[in-house]
Amino acid sequence: MSVVIKVESLTKQYKELTAVDGISFSVKQGTCFGLLGPNGAGKTTTIEMMEGLVKSSSGSIYFFDEPINKRTLTDIGIQFQHTALQDYLTVEETLDMFSAFYPKVTDKQTLMDLCDLHDIADRDHKKLSGGQKQRLLLALALINDPKILFLDEPTTGLDPHARRNFWDLINKVKQQGKTIVLTTHYMDEAEYLCDDIVIMDKGKIIAQNSPQGLLSEHFSGAIIRLPIKNLKDEKPEKYGRQFGESHVDIDAEDVEKVISELLAKKISLEGLQVKSANLDDLFIKLTGHQLSETEQEEQA
Amino acid sequence: MLFFKRFSAILKARNLEFVRDKSSLAWSIAFPVLLLVGFSIVFSGDGKDIYKVGVLNTPTKDAVFLQTKYIEFVDYQDTELALSKIRQHKLDLLLDYRLSLYWINDTSPNGYMAERLLLSQENSLQQKEWIKQTVTGKQIRYIDWVLPGILGMNMMFSCLFGVGYVIVRYRKSMVLKRLNATPVSALEFLSAQIVSRLFIVMCISTSIFIGCDLIFDFYMLGSYFDLLIIAILGAMSLISLGLVIAARSQSEELTGGLLNMASWPMMIFSGVWFSLEGSPEIIQQMAYWLPLTHLVESARAIMTEGANLYDLRENIAIMITMTAAFLGLGTVMFRWDGDGR
Repeated sequence: MSVVIKVESLTKQYKELTAVDGISFSVKQGTCFGLLGPNGAGKTTTIEMMEGLVKSSSGSIYFFDEPINKRTLTDIGIQFQHTALQDYLTVEETLDMFSAFYPKVTDKQTLMDLCDLHDIADRDHKKLSGGQKQRLLLALALINDPKILFLDEPTTGLDPHARRNFWDLINKVKQQGKTIVLTTHYMDEAEYLCDDIVIMDKGKIIAQNSPQGLLSEHFSGAIIRLPIKNLKDEKPEKYGRQFGESHVDIDAEDVEKVISELLAKKISLEGLQVKSANLDDLFIKLTGHQLSETEQEEQA
Repeated sequence: MLFFKRFSAILKARNLEFVRDKSSLAWSIAFPVLLLVGFSIVFSGDGKDIYKVGVLNTPTKDAVFLQTKYIEFVDYQDTELALSKIRQHKLDLLLDYRLSLYWINDTSPNGYMAERLLLSQENSLQQKEWIKQTVTGKQIRYIDWVLPGILGMNMMFSCLFGVGYVIVRYRKSMVLKRLNATPVSALEFLSAQIVSRLFIVMCISTSIFIGCDLIFDFYMLGSYFDLLIIAILGAMSLISLGLVIAARSQSEELTGGLLNMASWPMMIFSGVWFSLEGSPEIIQQMAYWLPLTHLVESARAIMTEGANLYDLRENIAIMITMTAAFLGLGTVMFRWDGDGR
C-alpha cells in the first residue's frame, strides 16, 4: 500500500509548552490510522497541523509526496472535536450550504443515505441528538468526496449505542477506499477501527504499530488483576503494575503457574480477574499511569 | 463564479438565521417604533408658553410691540433664513421694521395669535401701518426632527452589534473554525456578512420609516432616493466599524464593551436627540469623526431642509472614506481562530 501522508519531526511549541515534540509517522492509503492518548497528549494539535489549520513550529507534512498546500487541502475532509454550525438551519440546508463551498461535491442523496439523514433532513440541527449531530458532521466532512478524512474524537460524549452505530458508519466509509486519520482517547474504539496506531503522551509518540502488533509486542499470555488488599503488607510493585488505587495487574504467560505461586504465598484469590491485554493495559504499562488518571490531572 | 456561489450560500444562511430568530427580529422592529411612539406622546403638546417672533431691521428707538411680555424676539439679518423658519413653524411671526412688512404662516395657529397681538397693539397706538405677507409650509415637529436620529441610532445598534456580536459568537462557538476548514475565503465570508446585514438593516429601517410615516406623516422636503443612498452609505460605514471591532476577539464580553464604547459617544454626540449647534468646539470636532453624525446630519438635511446629494457631498465623502478605511482594516485584522491556546 502506498503512503498517503508522511509526517517528519513535527513540533509545535506554545510559549513554554511543547504540545507536539518531534513526532514522525506515515499513513498508508485506504487504512484507518489512529492517534491515541489522553487529553493534552498533543493529538488534536497534531491533527490540526495535518489539516493545515495550525502552523507547525518545525518539521514537515507531505500529502501524496507533496508538501501540504492549498491544493492538497481540497482533498481532505474534516470533522472537528468541538464545532458549531450556523444557527436555525435544517440538516438539509446545512448540507446545501457546505455543498456550495466546493467545486466538486458528493451527491446529496448518496450522502444522506450513507449517513442516514433522511428522517432528520428538515430538523433544525440544534435539535439533533449527539449521535445524529455526529452523523451530520461526518456528512459535511464527506461532502467534497475527500481522499483523506480527519476525525477528531468523533464519539466523545456519545452513548455506547450511538458510538457503535458511528463505528459501523466509519467502517462503511473505509470500505469506499478512503484513508481515515482518527484521534481518540477510547482504546476500544482504536482497537475496533484502526489498522495502525500511534500512542502519544505529553507530545511524544510512545508506541507505534497495528493494535494487535503492539499487544503481542508488549504482552504474552493474560493479565491477572488482583485486589491490593489481598497482598497484605507486601508492595504491589513486587508482583506487577498498580492499576488504580486498589488493584495490581500481573502479566501471566502461564496463568495456572502464577495462581499456584500466589496460593503458595497464602495470598487470597478473592476478587481475582483473568483478562486478555488491551490497549488500555498497554498504555498503563508504557506510561505507568492510566488514561483516566492523566485526564484527571489535566482537568485539575 | 465559485465566489458568488460561496458568497450566496453564506448570505442565505445568515439571512435565514436572522429571520428565524423571531425574538431578535421582533425587537429590531419594536425598539425604534416604541421610541417614536413614546416621543410623539411626550411632545404631543406644544410645550411652549411664549410666541417666537423674528425681527428684521430692528428699530433703533423702542418699539412698543418689542416690549411685549412672553414673546421671544430674535434678530435676523438674512430674510430667506427667517422666512424658512416661518415656513417650518419655528417662528410664529416675522417683522421687518424698515419695510413695515410682516409675515405669518397661514397654517400656524400661533402665527395667527401673534399677528392679532401685533395689530391690536400697533393699531391702538396708531403708530405704524403694517402690510401682511403670508407664506405656507408645514410645521416641523420635534418628532420630524428626531426621526432621522432615532432611525440612525437603530441602524447603528443593528450594524455594530449585528455584525460584531455575530462574528465573535461564530468565532467562539467555532463556526468560523469549521468554515476555515473549507475553501471559503475571508473575503467571501466577510462580504456575505456585510451584505446580509446591509440588506436586513435597510429592510427593517425602510419598513419602520414607511410604517411610522403612515402614522405620523413625517416632514419630507428632499428626495426619498437621496435618503436611501444616505442610509446605505451610513449603514456601510457602521457595519465596517463593527467588523473592525470584531476582527480578532473571541470574547463576547470584551467585544460587548468595545461595541458599547463605540456606540455611546455616537448616541450622545452625533445629534440623535439634540442639535450640536452652539456646543463647544471640541464636542463638534469629536462628533465630526463619528460615522453616525454624518448619517443623521445628512438624513435630517434631506428631510427638513430639502438638501440633495450634492449639498451633502462632504458628509458622503466622509462616510465613503470611513467605510473604505474600516473595511480594509477589518479584513487585514480578521482571523478565523480565537485567541489561541
